[in-house]
Amino acid sequence: MKAAKGHVFKYGDNVDTDVIIPARYLNSSDPAELATHCMEDIDKTFIQRVQKGDIIVADKNFGCGSSREHAPIAIKAAGVSCVIAETFARIFYRNAINIGLPIVECPEAAAAIEAGDEVEVDFDSGVITDVTKGTTYQGQAFPEFMQKIIAAEGLVNYINQK
Amino acid sequence: MGMTMTQKILAAHAGLSKVEAGQLIEADLDLVLGNDITSPVAIHEMEKMKVDGVFDKDKIALVPDHFVPNKDIKSAEHCKCVREFARKNEITNYFEVGQMGIEHALLPEQGLTVAGDVIIGADSHTCTYGALGAFSTGVGSTDMAAGMATGKAWFKVPSAIKFNLTGKPSEWVSGKDVILHIIGMIGVDGALYKSMEFVGDGIANLTMDDRFTIANMAIEAGGKNGIFPVDDLAVAYMKEHGTRAYQVYEADADAVYDEEYTIDLGTLRPTVAFPHLPENTKTIDEIKEDIKIDQVVIGSCTNGRLDDLRIAAKVLKGRHVAEGMRCIVIPATQKIYLQAMEEGLLKTFIEAGAIVSTPTCGPCLGGYMGILAEGERCVSTTNRNFVGRMGHVNSEIYLASPAVAAASAVTGKISCPCKLS
Repeated sequence: MKAAKGHVFKYGDNVDTDVIIPARYLNSSDPAELATHCMEDIDKTFIQRVQKGDIIVADKNFGCGSSREHAPIAIKAAGVSCVIAETFARIFYRNAINIGLPIVECPEAAAAIEAGDEVEVDFDSGVITDVTKGTTYQGQAFPEFMQKIIAAEGLVNYINQK
Repeated sequence: MGMTMTQKILAAHAGLSKVEAGQLIEADLDLVLGNDITSPVAIHEMEKMKVDGVFDKDKIALVPDHFVPNKDIKSAEHCKCVREFARKNEITNYFEVGQMGIEHALLPEQGLTVAGDVIIGADSHTCTYGALGAFSTGVGSTDMAAGMATGKAWFKVPSAIKFNLTGKPSEWVSGKDVILHIIGMIGVDGALYKSMEFVGDGIANLTMDDRFTIANMAIEAGGKNGIFPVDDLAVAYMKEHGTRAYQVYEADADAVYDEEYTIDLGTLRPTVAFPHLPENTKTIDEIKEDIKIDQVVIGSCTNGRLDDLRIAAKVLKGRHVAEGMRCIVIPATQKIYLQAMEEGLLKTFIEAGAIVSTPTCGPCLGGYMGILAEGERCVSTTNRNFVGRMGHVNSEIYLASPAVAAASAVTGKISCPCKLS
């Protein structure tokens, strides 16, 4: 499976779906339009600075709050290639897998990686490499069932293939 | 090793005699729910699936409630998309403006959710139906699409935390205070991926509306679901509101829990969650400073039910909201609205200087009907006080019960109804 490589945007605990994509923009469901407001209420300049392939690293309970799939959709459409966190809120976790946004739980990586670091994630092995620091971390591998959904690039394709 | 109540419901819906925490299963769904924000994304995803239509037109509920009556053109387009999908697929349980209410108050009232069900909804507060002894959980739009197409969803079987509730709540303490107390105790990720199973003889002292409020906010502790045993009160509620057969599941005596807490409801005090997380709780007695507020919202899927309006009216009766205060009351469904009118509650609200709105989620998520400006503070009976949730990123939300919200509307600062003259 493919890998992710990019520079890191770093956030703390409990990054909720209201700051990832505020509800005032939920009158749209267009990924490109949602992306223009991604992270707006936690990091106003995120969308100007993010480059294709960049990686979000956060502490615990990333994506808590609303079930809005618009949150992982906005992150993916903004060009983010992977989100690494100590833990994810469960609905966000499902949604990310279902739409094909790679996410990895890894408390050690979440604690050590700093904003701006260049990071690589190998989705097959779950190995996270901080190229800037020269360190590696073992992220949690997905259960086989979820790997199949991710390999199919989302639940819709997975169901169509079945 | 026995199963929890949640595990038993999931096992039965997966056609298995036994499941264990961590096991991945595929379960049959009794109901799939969506609203005007999440359904359009689900409908779009379902169009990409190689299916002819929905799995069962009677087992899907579509409730436009977030931005309705349509707040702007884009919202109107979303609602139109949902309406046309409902018509094309002959969805039995589509609720147009006039019939609709806030989804999690509406569906139990319509008898669409009963004990023993497995329910998914593309709305995080779908966990509300655990009050009736159902397994219900929030999912995203793609899960909703797959659920509508196949009637199935995948789940990782959760482990559980047991909350043993004892005693009787004192005056002015309600379900909201119980759940805010619990979230304050275990944190916003204290039940991450887990079931919150409520047991104990104290449950008999909680009304159904209290239980809906408690189950509703399980997600604010990160929980997958919150669930109550099915007692006489729950059975009476289901019989009053519908005809669907229900199935009672009970946890095994030797079920294993990750953690167990005992909470004496009699010791709880009115509780307020400070900005910007529901876990930042203080009891009303711990708040020493004057916290001046600009707006009060009484409503939402958490606290827009009849009990909530009755308590608010009891506080506001013969009193008036503070000068400069905006007090917004939102009955959660048309039926609640009508009953509140017949009981004279609406008159009390209007005479007190509050406004009464048609059912909508509006202000709770910063949609419309009560957006906050920079620097403004709101006491709200809703469920989240995240940064920018109700408006400007520099506004503040204090989560509280209808009793505290109403008292605060009268004084203009966070107040206990017990202190009103």
